[in-house]
Amino acid sequence: MAVFENMGLLALTPGMVFMWAIGLILIYLAITRQYEPLLLLPIGFGIMLANLPLTYLMEPGEGLIWRFYHYGIEWEVIPPLIFLGLGALTDFSAVLSQPRLIFLGAAAQVGVYVTFFAAYAMGFTLQEAATIGIIGGADGPTTIYLSAKLAPHLLGASAVAAYSYMAMVPLILPPIMKLLTTEAERKIRMKKGRKVTTREKQVFPLLAAMVIILLVPASAPLIAMFMLGNLFRESKVVERLNEAAQNALMNIVTIFLGISIGASMNAENFLRKEVIFIFFLGLFAFSVSAASGILLAKFMNLFTSNKINPLVGAAGVSAVPMAARVVQKVGANADKQNYLLMFAMGPNIAGVIGTVIAAGIFISILQ
Amino acid sequence: MTTEVFVPLAGSIWQVLVKVGDEIDEDDELVVIEALKMENPVYAPCAGTVSEIRVKKGDIVEDDDVLMIIEEK
Repeated sequence: MAVFENMGLLALTPGMVFMWAIGLILIYLAITRQYEPLLLLPIGFGIMLANLPLTYLMEPGEGLIWRFYHYGIEWEVIPPLIFLGLGALTDFSAVLSQPRLIFLGAAAQVGVYVTFFAAYAMGFTLQEAATIGIIGGADGPTTIYLSAKLAPHLLGASAVAAYSYMAMVPLILPPIMKLLTTEAERKIRMKKGRKVTTREKQVFPLLAAMVIILLVPASAPLIAMFMLGNLFRESKVVERLNEAAQNALMNIVTIFLGISIGASMNAENFLRKEVIFIFFLGLFAFSVSAASGILLAKFMNLFTSNKINPLVGAAGVSAVPMAARVVQKVGANADKQNYLLMFAMGPNIAGVIGTVIAAGIFISILQ
Repeated sequence: MTTEVFVPLAGSIWQVLVKVGDEIDEDDELVVIEALKMENPVYAPCAGTVSEIRVKKGDIVEDDDVLMIIEEK
């Protein structure tokens, strides 16, 4: 009889079956639409596993996936390792050749703060509100990092919201961009910035790490790893480390990240009305961030003759480099000989750093 | 009169769509540059004949390098 009593089938709840459907939808979107497949595929599978009864996979102290989750995410190991890879993948030329574009990346954090206050007003705790707001930065690892620190019970939902919106950047951004710009503005061709030397690109990660960490020490784990990865890249003398950080290491930690996040989403944790608000507020945060970047670009144009195409402001929502690609496409729709891609990378990369700083500020105030 | 076609954004040459001697119209696609996994066509600035091509598939190009030279009509 013990065999029957221990059968998972008898312990199933309707909530679990519903979660299978969510897992399946993510897997389906990953395979057929290629929506962030590297993450949504393992997340989807992790969700299905987490909702099979009696597996003890997420049992504290003994479960296999609990160990991945505990040592990888709760110990805050995986997001900084991903940042090492992102740093190695990032070329700061676009930022260095036109530093004024950094402001656009900073403006895109407005959505984070507006949503933070909105969520708090709706009854979420300060810690939960910060986690929800940071979704507007559209930066997966930062969202996970902050959520693990401040509101671990929201981690699954906020991570899935962040990655879903990143996947939907090509759908969400264009209407906002068109609404806030005129045809003539979309046609603005930007002047190329100055050429950036190799030496500048080597000094930058060192200097940026020192300055940012001195100002916001709580952002150190992410910023330090990001800038170290970037130094690997720009030093040109550790190609093997650069390569490993970008590819092998990043791929390995992505596997553990995906399955752990998925497995944190059991029915009990996920099927609550707060989760619907999280998705709604996350989308709001994301849209406000994009709009703020565009509006600041228009504002800056009032004071300069070297005009900025306001579309590049929308790339301040991180989602590198999808947001920059969307800017390129929308710009080319208005004028096919307009190449905004590299200009959009400036706010795009500044947006990533801006989101980390915003997260660091939340951590130092709220933890 | 000759016109130089410049690289509008840094990347690698994905495809060269014309060859020396081709007659082209303004706005024809000449080259496709791949940057950030995105294919970006480069269009002819004027009508004419392609007299020299300075890049080939796979080349890494920087901003403002010369892609090709067109003999204007």
